[in-house]
Amino acid sequence: MQDDRQPILSVRNLKTSFFTDEGIVRAVDGASFDVHLGQTLGIVGESGCGKSVTALSILGIVPRPGRIVEGEILLRREPEDGQAHEIALTSLGDSSREMRSIRGAEIALVFQEPMTSLSPVHTIGNQIIGAARLHRNLTRREAGELAVELLSLVGIPRAEAAIDAYPFQLSGGLRQRALIALALSCEPRILIADEPTTALDVTTQAQILDLLRSLQEQNGMAIMLITHDMGVIAEMADQVVVMYLGRVVEEGPVETVFGESKHPYTQSLLRSIPSIHSTPKVQLPTITGTIPHPYNRPAGCPFHPRCPDVIPGVCDKHEPELHSVGDEHLVSCFLYHPVPETIS
Amino acid sequence: MENEQVLLEVKGLRKFFPIRKGFWQRAVGHVRAVDGIDFHVYKGETFGIVGESGCGKTTASRCIVRALQPTAGEIHFRVNDGEMTDVANLSRDELQPLRRHMQMIFQDPFSSLNPRMTLFDIIGEPLLVNGVADRRQRIERVEELLALVGLRPEFLQRFPHAFSGGQRQRIGIARALALNPSLIVADEPVSALDVSVQAQILNLLLELQERLGLTYLFVAHDLSVVKHICDRVAVMYVGRVVETAQTQQLFESPKHPYTEALLSAVPQPDPTLRSQRIILEGEVADPANPPSGCYFHPRCRYAVDLCREQTPELEEVEPGHAVSCHRALELDLAGTLDAPIPQTAHS
Repeated sequence: MQDDRQPILSVRNLKTSFFTDEGIVRAVDGASFDVHLGQTLGIVGESGCGKSVTALSILGIVPRPGRIVEGEILLRREPEDGQAHEIALTSLGDSSREMRSIRGAEIALVFQEPMTSLSPVHTIGNQIIGAARLHRNLTRREAGELAVELLSLVGIPRAEAAIDAYPFQLSGGLRQRALIALALSCEPRILIADEPTTALDVTTQAQILDLLRSLQEQNGMAIMLITHDMGVIAEMADQVVVMYLGRVVEEGPVETVFGESKHPYTQSLLRSIPSIHSTPKVQLPTITGTIPHPYNRPAGCPFHPRCPDVIPGVCDKHEPELHSVGDEHLVSCFLYHPVPETIS
Repeated sequence: MENEQVLLEVKGLRKFFPIRKGFWQRAVGHVRAVDGIDFHVYKGETFGIVGESGCGKTTASRCIVRALQPTAGEIHFRVNDGEMTDVANLSRDELQPLRRHMQMIFQDPFSSLNPRMTLFDIIGEPLLVNGVADRRQRIERVEELLALVGLRPEFLQRFPHAFSGGQRQRIGIARALALNPSLIVADEPVSALDVSVQAQILNLLLELQERLGLTYLFVAHDLSVVKHICDRVAVMYVGRVVETAQTQQLFESPKHPYTEALLSAVPQPDPTLRSQRIILEGEVADPANPPSGCYFHPRCRYAVDLCREQTPELEEVEPGHAVSCHRALELDLAGTLDAPIPQTAHS
């Protein structure tokens, strides 16, 4: 058994940029967080906050013209000779043998759109068999049995028949289940789920979230759940990372982040969501303005043009860093940490 | 509520899409997208239609504005506080003068605006079509509309690509308002937007309703949004209305098992509320081949033999609260407001 406090995956000061003709887009600009076995880390943020690029960076599949420019991604391996060791994923080439053996096997990914991430010309069964045989030493027959077993594990009715189905023959919910089965085929220790339920209806969403939770209970994997839906995060996550324009603005246990949020962005985001329990028909508190275009990121704290608590002369000049404000609770805001010495 | 004026009354609305097969494209069956729905909307209120994908809520709203020709049924619409007219059975020419009174706001602010037209052309087109030929007058009206939805009048000659999702949705709203309609049919107007922008658009819709006395038919799948903005709600399942009630009543004491499950499935942005959810088994029924009896019975945990055999009718169980369930009166279902949680923490 691994020590619970040792993270299985650590991301340190990750910076991923896209070098386009129009300019550099700093999609992820210094993100740090840890993922623990048996826990769910929720990454939440609006569009353009860099949450999906973070996932792609971990798997080494950032599309051109993007690349990781700085930072470390450390994967912790099970102790084989009594000593756990860490692999720096960033130092491996994206298409190196080792990276390819990790991607899909130790770290698996479930995408948002199950229709586009499954091959339309292969049956569900063949896709699972292919993935399982690529990473594990199995015969075709064994892999076939595994596929049936996985499909029934994720709750697809008549799994023996379903392995011969093509993705278009399944409904959205069943396709997402098939995709989860595919991701589980190599017994990953980390499952990255990028908006796994966004394309689904609420009752189907409840089914899929329930499935993810029970799978985690059974095999103790770590789940990194990326979503824009605060409700899903509150439902699923143990730890939460809130991102805005490529930066982590707040990080902490789920109860703390929702109950005692400190960063003005988190606070206003939570206030602006209509809830079943809030008073109907009143004007919702909003965040003024819109998310800036990535080409013209504001200087200083990226949130300062929209921030209700902006400190003029500070927030627009200096970049805040993550500081501890309590038990495992980190906030990147000048309201909670001293302003750096002005070097004017 | 009862003595208020009814603006829109839908009776037995049906829309079937034929499934065609073979060389002669013969209809071999029908997708019963909307299968006999009844409801009415009062003037000045927001009436919500909720349900999951494929339940027919969008088809119903399209039939009401006659973007689709209904298969059967009546749609009575009151024009200028006068007599009710059945718009479902009017010819194209007869319908033309009525169309300006009902306008749509669409879900996707990217595909619903023509990228080659400027804001002036987009928002001014309904005016042009309806006989405002004078360019000066149109410019004035478009500027007024832009200000109304919170955009700067200088944007007149810009193209939609220059705007963010939320701003584009504002453009779509301005276009819908151009002809002073009395009914706005909004099909998922905020579901494509980011959370922080969603709140801005909801606020705008509420504000416009107050200022212009609009009536909204609000189609959505997000129950929190519906709870926030709607006065009355109809819940649809596989082409039928299973429950309709005042919003508060529906959320507090749902009478249909599907409504109960739907309410419990909504994830709440509060980790202290991780309650036991009702996880529905199986899938939404196929509207081309619906189950016998009550369409919901294969997924219903309260189903009895009667539910498999007989289709329940939508019946009123309390004033203003109608349910189509055989066991509506005997079941005690859980709402979401049983334990009102004060707005803690986020202040």
